[in-house]
Amino acid sequence: MKITLNAETREIQATTLDAAMRELGLTSQALATALNGAFVSRAKRAATPLNEGDRIEVLAPMQGG
Amino acid sequence: MEIYGTKLNSRLFLGTAQYPSPKVLCAAIAASSSEVITVSLRRETSEGTGTGFWQMLQETGARILPNTAGCHTVQEAVTTAQMAREIFDTDWIKLEVIGHADSLQPDVFGLVEAARILSEDGFKVFPYTTEDLIVGERLLQAGCDVLMPWGAPIGSGQGLRNPDGLQAMRAHFPDTPLIVDAGIGRPSDATQAMELGMDAVLLNTAVAKAGDPVKMASAMAQAVTAGQMGYQADPMPRRDMAVPSTPVLGLAEFA
Repeated sequence: MKITLNAETREIQATTLDAAMRELGLTSQALATALNGAFVSRAKRAATPLNEGDRIEVLAPMQGG
Repeated sequence: MEIYGTKLNSRLFLGTAQYPSPKVLCAAIAASSSEVITVSLRRETSEGTGTGFWQMLQETGARILPNTAGCHTVQEAVTTAQMAREIFDTDWIKLEVIGHADSLQPDVFGLVEAARILSEDGFKVFPYTTEDLIVGERLLQAGCDVLMPWGAPIGSGQGLRNPDGLQAMRAHFPDTPLIVDAGIGRPSDATQAMELGMDAVLLNTAVAKAGDPVKMASAMAQAVTAGQMGYQADPMPRRDMAVPSTPVLGLAEFA
């Protein structure tokens, strides 16, 4: 199915957020996820199903003021 | 100084953005003696640079204060805060809800709402706000134990645009930690903020964009200490006219 990862359209086989992260090579512990604008904790990714057109945001630590 | 039950010796909070190199950033953090450094969250890149940055910051030993910089809505700020809590393993959040893209002025209405939601969710909120007293009251009612009024627009280095407003905040909130956040450009700006009775100063660009960031970090630390000691020492009142400091009694007459 097609999803949007950080504003880029991607085709994935995975059907859960956890599986999608692994499929997309996003395996660092220092990543946080949001699905369609809502935070999804690390613990809940495996039980979070994905649907066509979902918007996934994956954020990492960055310099900030 | 104690904030949310955490004792801090340094009254200088330092941002981590815009330094010439990671090495200079780490040296500046050390030179500033800051115990709290601010960080952010951005989209993960294909290079995965965020992980290395995070490991480097952990080695500094400083406490992490994640921000919600760039968020323009309550929902964006709340979601970003929740993501930051998981990554950085802290319930501290520097809450920014930006109302205008050019001035980066806080949207104080969204700020109060986001502060309430996050406080109820267990966050310890550091709200980036204006010097407005009633907004400050609403933020305390929303669960904040600290207020972070701006000195001037973010990154402008203009110094304190409204010292009278900050002084009024000090008088209105005698027991609330007040941290000037944004607008500091020079050490004298930081000193002025502390002389007004602020509890701490948070700055980033003034150090990162100085010609010698490490030296400026040290200068800012000394400026904050000088200003705080000056405030505690209770400065003399200003006078309209000159008053001789050398005794007039016993002055010789030669004419």
